Amino acid sequence: MMRTSPARIALYVISALVLVYLILPVLIIAPISFSSARFLTFPPPSFSTRWYQQYFANPAWMQATRVTLTVALLTVVIATPFGVAAAYAISQSKLRIMRVIHMALLLPLVVPIIITAVGIFFVYARVGLVATMSGLVLANVMLGLPYVVISVLAGLQSFDPAQEMVARSLGMNRLRSFFAVTLPQIKSSVIAGGIFAFISAMDETIVALFISGGQYQPLTKRMFTALRDEIDPTIAAISTLMTAASFMLVLLASTRQKRSG
Amino acid sequence: MPTTSVPDPSEKHQRREHGLMLALVSPALLVILALIVLPVGWLAWQSVYHDGFTLENYRRIFTEDIYWRSFALTFEISLAVTVIALLLGYPVAYLANSVPKGWSILILSLVVLPFWTSVLVRAYAWLALLQRTGVINQFLRYLELISEPLALVHNTFGTVVATVHILLPFMVLPLYATMQKIPNDLMQAGASLGASPTLTFMRVFLPLSLPGVLAGCTMVFVLCLGFYITPELLGGGRTVMVSMLVSRNVELYNQFGAASAVAVVLLVSVLAIFFAVSRFISLDRVLGQK
Repeated sequence: MMRTSPARIALYVISALVLVYLILPVLIIAPISFSSARFLTFPPPSFSTRWYQQYFANPAWMQATRVTLTVALLTVVIATPFGVAAAYAISQSKLRIMRVIHMALLLPLVVPIIITAVGIFFVYARVGLVATMSGLVLANVMLGLPYVVISVLAGLQSFDPAQEMVARSLGMNRLRSFFAVTLPQIKSSVIAGGIFAFISAMDETIVALFISGGQYQPLTKRMFTALRDEIDPTIAAISTLMTAASFMLVLLASTRQKRSG
Repeated sequence: MPTTSVPDPSEKHQRREHGLMLALVSPALLVILALIVLPVGWLAWQSVYHDGFTLENYRRIFTEDIYWRSFALTFEISLAVTVIALLLGYPVAYLANSVPKGWSILILSLVVLPFWTSVLVRAYAWLALLQRTGVINQFLRYLELISEPLALVHNTFGTVVATVHILLPFMVLPLYATMQKIPNDLMQAGASLGASPTLTFMRVFLPLSLPGVLAGCTMVFVLCLGFYITPELLGGGRTVMVSMLVSRNVELYNQFGAASAVAVVLLVSVLAIFFAVSRFISLDRVLGQK
């Protein structure tokens, strides 16, 4: 009865249109990247991989890709253990200050990124970290931490700390009992948090615009500069590759989370 | 001290436990202190100190036209984006909440997928769709609906279209989470008492979903206040939002004090909004979505 009412039909139509609006821009990039035309034409002309060839043949794009992948990997390697340790302490400790620390660790999500970027730029300019790899990695560790903390805290919520107590009462020390009992149970949320930190570092643009330079410019900075000047379909090829990478990683993270579920 | 002992409540043990927990949290905390608290503090200091204490930078924000207009425009755009996102997001969240599980997972996946696509990539996609020689203009000309291409981008319209697109998931997810918690019995009770579906919706469902509306609107509005990439790439230089004021003062004019003051005013606005909202709903609800 309810299902055929006009209001219900309107709901379906509106929702469908909104979903098309959401998904269309994500899907439009792939056909552009495989089109032979220099400019976008509709209907699309012949199939071509020339923009991918241009991307892979260009040393500047390749160097930027190496920077992006290195930064993202190092970010995960540093942010994941830092975030796991912090989330563990926040969930186990009864210290009142932990609530404040918890909020502080979520600051990167609260402070508008443009403010963070400019602030980091000023600090880096003083200490000589502008246009360096370590500067870029550090900033991305900070931006990635909240994802790890949120994900691991959610994982720890369904974990009973009494289990770790049991392990310790059976003679394991704190560290061993964490690795033997706790970590395996929150493994999925740790991996998911790490993956989100990776994607966050891979997609990060604004901080990189201010603090990266020279040979240590990530893909996003080069893309942004290119987009300001002209619309080069090479960017469609890079965008398609980045989107495919993101989606595969998210898929991996969500199957992980479901298993822990 | 044998490691085999079950934790005892003694004071010494307590202190050691506290020390351990603080040690565990300290690497992450140090990163946050060094890379966000210190830089933001630096901005605040730089906004009032230049060869002595001065409020000149703030005086300019409140008196000079270009600053005022930029702040006003930013608030207007953020408000428009929030309202549009609510109007588009509510039906989607409602539908996802009222269909069988498989369908709702599909709908939510479609909502979340663009979420994990780079903002830059999506700005590019909107350029490709909206520009004069873009997909939409070509399509409309192909259908002979228009003879001249429409100016869909490099203006406020293009900025709003792309910004709503990027922020919509932040609206749908808290709405859906809140709707999930509304017991179905209440709706049935309303119906059994003779209320029409519309009346039950208006009197029961809508009021109960308001915390989600507030959480979603807060997140969208606040994120929009600081948006940079879409206005910069799709605004065509005319839509100067506050974030662009900050970056131009740094990159073009080397006006570090002015940039810092604008950043501080923006940050204070954001924090004030979060603080005001936290009196009504828990902030975890607003922040915990992503």
